[in-house]
Amino acid sequence: MKTLAERSVPGRGGEHVGASDVPGKPTIPKAMLRKGLKLPELSESDVIRHYHNLAARNYGVDDGFYPLGSCTMKYNPKVSEDASRLPGFAGIHPLAPPEHCQGALRLMAELEADLCALTGMDAFTLAPAAGAHGELTALMMMAAYFRDRGEKRSKVLVPDSSHGTNPATAGYMGYDVVVIASDEMGDVDLADLADKMGDDVAGLMLTNPNTLGLFDPNIEKITEIVHEGGGLVYYDGANLNAIMGIARPADMGYDMVHLNLHKTFATPHGGGGPGSGPVGVTSALEPYLPSPRVKEGDGGYTLEYDGKSSIGMVRAFNSSFGVLVRAYAYIRALGGAGLRHASEMAVLNANYLKESLKKRYELPFDRKCMHEFVLSGAKQAHENGVRTTDIAKRILDAGMHAPTIYFPQIVEEAMMVEPTETESLETMDAFADIMEEIARECETDPDKVRAAPVTMPVSRLDDALAARKPVLTWGMER
Amino acid sequence: MRYTPHTPDQIALMLAKIGEKEIGGLYSDVPRDLMLSAPPDIEGGYDEPRLIRHLGELAESDFSGIGFAGAGSYSHHSPAAVGHIMSLSGLYTSYTPYQAEVSQGVLQALFEYQSMMAQLCGKDICNATMYDGSTALAEAAVMARNMTRRDEIVAADSLHPHYLSVLSTYCAAGGMEFQAMPLEEIAPSKDTAAVIVQSPDYWGTLHDSAELFKAASDAGARSIALCLEMTSLGLVSPAAADIFAGDGQALGLPTSFGGPSFGVLCACAADARRMPGRLVGQTADSKGRRGYILTLQTREQHIRRQRATSNICTSQSLCGIGAAAYLALLGPSGLGDVARASHLNANYLMEGLLALPGFGLAHPGPIYNEFTMSCPKGTYEAMIEAGFGPPVRGGEDMLIFATTEMHRKADLDALLGVLS
Repeated sequence: MKTLAERSVPGRGGEHVGASDVPGKPTIPKAMLRKGLKLPELSESDVIRHYHNLAARNYGVDDGFYPLGSCTMKYNPKVSEDASRLPGFAGIHPLAPPEHCQGALRLMAELEADLCALTGMDAFTLAPAAGAHGELTALMMMAAYFRDRGEKRSKVLVPDSSHGTNPATAGYMGYDVVVIASDEMGDVDLADLADKMGDDVAGLMLTNPNTLGLFDPNIEKITEIVHEGGGLVYYDGANLNAIMGIARPADMGYDMVHLNLHKTFATPHGGGGPGSGPVGVTSALEPYLPSPRVKEGDGGYTLEYDGKSSIGMVRAFNSSFGVLVRAYAYIRALGGAGLRHASEMAVLNANYLKESLKKRYELPFDRKCMHEFVLSGAKQAHENGVRTTDIAKRILDAGMHAPTIYFPQIVEEAMMVEPTETESLETMDAFADIMEEIARECETDPDKVRAAPVTMPVSRLDDALAARKPVLTWGMER
Repeated sequence: MRYTPHTPDQIALMLAKIGEKEIGGLYSDVPRDLMLSAPPDIEGGYDEPRLIRHLGELAESDFSGIGFAGAGSYSHHSPAAVGHIMSLSGLYTSYTPYQAEVSQGVLQALFEYQSMMAQLCGKDICNATMYDGSTALAEAAVMARNMTRRDEIVAADSLHPHYLSVLSTYCAAGGMEFQAMPLEEIAPSKDTAAVIVQSPDYWGTLHDSAELFKAASDAGARSIALCLEMTSLGLVSPAAADIFAGDGQALGLPTSFGGPSFGVLCACAADARRMPGRLVGQTADSKGRRGYILTLQTREQHIRRQRATSNICTSQSLCGIGAAAYLALLGPSGLGDVARASHLNANYLMEGLLALPGFGLAHPGPIYNEFTMSCPKGTYEAMIEAGFGPPVRGGEDMLIFATTEMHRKADLDALLGVLS
């Protein structure tokens, strides 16, 4: 498909604003004046058709099943989209006086309270822009907490099944990352944890359910081991969708959590953002929350920027507010009972689909799963020479999105499947049929699977070529 | 229940296949003492009419009239087409494009974003967005540290105070030394990793930092230019820095109480492997057809884990795509029109205010669409009283006024009338 630059016609003008109706001439010094700005020149209909065609070459939740494990690709309610565009939300300035933004501040205060109720935490910040940003915020607070206590702790523990963002965040903070093994059941190896926990360890970063989709039954023992060593336990909330209203991270012994509003709370992922990654903490850590904080006083709500022990600001302004509006709308639509039901249905769907798929694909940890489960394509790889990536591409041919592949890294040829609660029985059965058929193809016609996809606008793309001599703009084209 | 499709019969059928009698059986791994006896007390269960009414009431209590606040967030007109493009389901309901063949739409849109943003900022390359301008700046500082193997980050104190705070937070956490000082006192040394200048700065003043950036380069440091009013680049040349960081909200996105916006991060082609975040590259498929793919991923957290260039994963793709659509809709002449009107309106308002008693310009120097005035006591309150969105407070009786193409002469005259 042509690029915008290739569609450009010199002299064609799109959207223009009329000239300013005030008298006067520009006063920018001549040396600073922009010369020769190059941008495509197109009409409005050119641009609309271009993006319409791009959207048609892209698969979203509104197109169909999107079982991308760890990403919680549930349906994004349309009313939440409309709400975020209300002029009283979309049009407010971030530095407006409090009397001009009471509605927005009330929404934020209520959302913080709801997230506290759901996780058992004592206080929340809505500032972080995404999950990894929430992780970073939390680890900054962890570091500040130990600095105030005069404790030098140089290590952070992460399980071998962790998201890549966990060690990357700890790495940015200058912590040595120590990897904890998983046991044969897929849970944290308690002996290894006890062995590696010590007074030089700041904390443990742990999702629960973990990235295998399993709830670690030893969670209370795990947090106890870390606490006995004087460390803190951090909950990576990527997998909260399994346990809303069922169990709370604070009760499990976690000290801090981040949540992904763009996963659990049904805000759209936008092809890679915007997300939102609020962080909740126990009261011991509340003084370290980033600025600003929403406060309620006699005169209404305000934003306060001057917390004495605060780690400071982690972003400009207060939050990705437009994402908060969508999450708030979702919570008010469902309420406590509805959120719990959503988690129950997510877990039901995952277990149902797991039963359907385990006949044809290896299931390394065959026990009750939570909202997702991990299959292995090892059998197909060894017996048929078909890799998991081939299977994923073949799923695209069948008109659905592929699961997350090659993650977690502790499972050979991993396929991580997360159906979410918004998918119907018919959709999951159709996916199971597709997977069944592909498994058969692996045995009877493996070349066909290896050649996939064939129904997409492009066939398999050359990774190595892209990385060898990167073409990152249309100006760099070969 | 909302957004869950199963009938009771289907639930029973599914449980039977799993071999459970009740949903509770699925949670057998959760220790009994952790199981909540009842759902949490969270308000909800609103049907759609009630939900719309409730949200509408919250939104209506906020101000949505003509305002004069800027300082990193600007009320420009967003063409209707931008909102419609950002509402295309295929784009906004998709995940990060890991499966490239089924994600060519988002990948090409991001490639086009990278291309146009690099052109706008006068650099070779641009990544596929950061969270916002402040975190793009912090990551630029990290890049400079990694390039120079030095720890000292120096910024002009005329940066937006939130940006100074974010830089300070990130530097403290990442083991970098951070200082803010008056622009004219910055003297890059052999310990300096990066020199940062914002233009237009927090007070609205434009800076030509060519000499300082050359001095930085001579000292082996990297220069970082910061721009929070990106429509200015339709009229003003981008600073020639090693790294260009910015916030893209002004390019067709609503102010939305501060977010979501997106961070712009541009650099030299040679530094591509130092970049944080996603990069979309052009490549070919097995039949030689052009296609796009996430590339240079060995920089990233999901491959390199603790040695990644950054921990960033999800960024702000859709916002960047919206801004790219904005640039494509306006083109060079449309962006020039927006910039000229925003600039002329500011000049007119500034001259009008200077003619009133008690108003004085706080910072001399050229401006784009924003300026800072020392004002008579009560100016801020008088503007609220008169039904305007007030400027941003820059200190005691110090106000930062911003205008855009949205203001008409009548609006500016009305404000001048109130304040005279």
